[in-house]
Amino acid sequence: MSDSPTIRLSVPSTARAGELIEIKVMIQHPMESGYRRGVMGERIARDIIKYFRCSLDGEVIFQTEFYPGVAANPLLSFYTRAEQSGTLLFEWIDQQGVTWSEQADLMVE
Amino acid sequence: MKSRRRILQALASLPAAGFLRPLAAQGALDTAQFDQAVVEIFGPGQRVTPGRVTVSIPAISENGYSVPLGIEVDSPMTQADHVRELVVISQSNPLPVIARFQFGPRSGLAKVSTRIRLADSQRVYAVAQMNDGSLWSGYGHSIVTLAACVI
Repeated sequence: MSDSPTIRLSVPSTARAGELIEIKVMIQHPMESGYRRGVMGERIARDIIKYFRCSLDGEVIFQTEFYPGVAANPLLSFYTRAEQSGTLLFEWIDQQGVTWSEQADLMVE
Repeated sequence: MKSRRRILQALASLPAAGFLRPLAAQGALDTAQFDQAVVEIFGPGQRVTPGRVTVSIPAISENGYSVPLGIEVDSPMTQADHVRELVVISQSNPLPVIARFQFGPRSGLAKVSTRIRLADSQRVYAVAQMNDGSLWSGYGHSIVTLAACVI
């Protein structure tokens, strides 16, 4: 697992008050299921991202719990209603508790 | 003569048994894994009503390692009436639960999409729990050409 995986965000920078906005996020991660076997027939240990959380100024908007059935480089698209300007915080937590995060500013007019 | 007949009978029954099993597995009736997952997540004796949940999945997935999945729940997403949780359950993956999504009234729209792994041609269910505790479900079916490796 590399220390700084690539994170891609697609968040509109501005939105009208009350507008529904789509947020897309992707993080680079193998999401090793724990069911695969290596060349010597040994089981490859499970290594997955367990949780994703999106919050706006501390208030949680959307959360996900991942299982090995989620494909590598987990991509998520979800929605929120823009009500106030603020900073969106995106956090991914893997099964060991390692956390990666990214932020985006949202301006509500 | 007798042994020849026996061999022929054995031969005839082999491909039939092998052919019927995947057909039965694909059928709509094998809901054991789904039922069990619902009990494990939401507790026993919960009534799951079909409806309000739309699962979008390609009818044919060429690659089981990455299958696009979209789910939308018919809900106004207000403080009084919103989706609390949405659980994706597989009919025949080694692990029944694929993902759990938690929403709130701030979500505005109970719609989510991601990419999942499918070990087999199967149904993918989504169960939504509303803030009043009621459970609603929907499903999509996908035929998987290259299954995600699970052994």
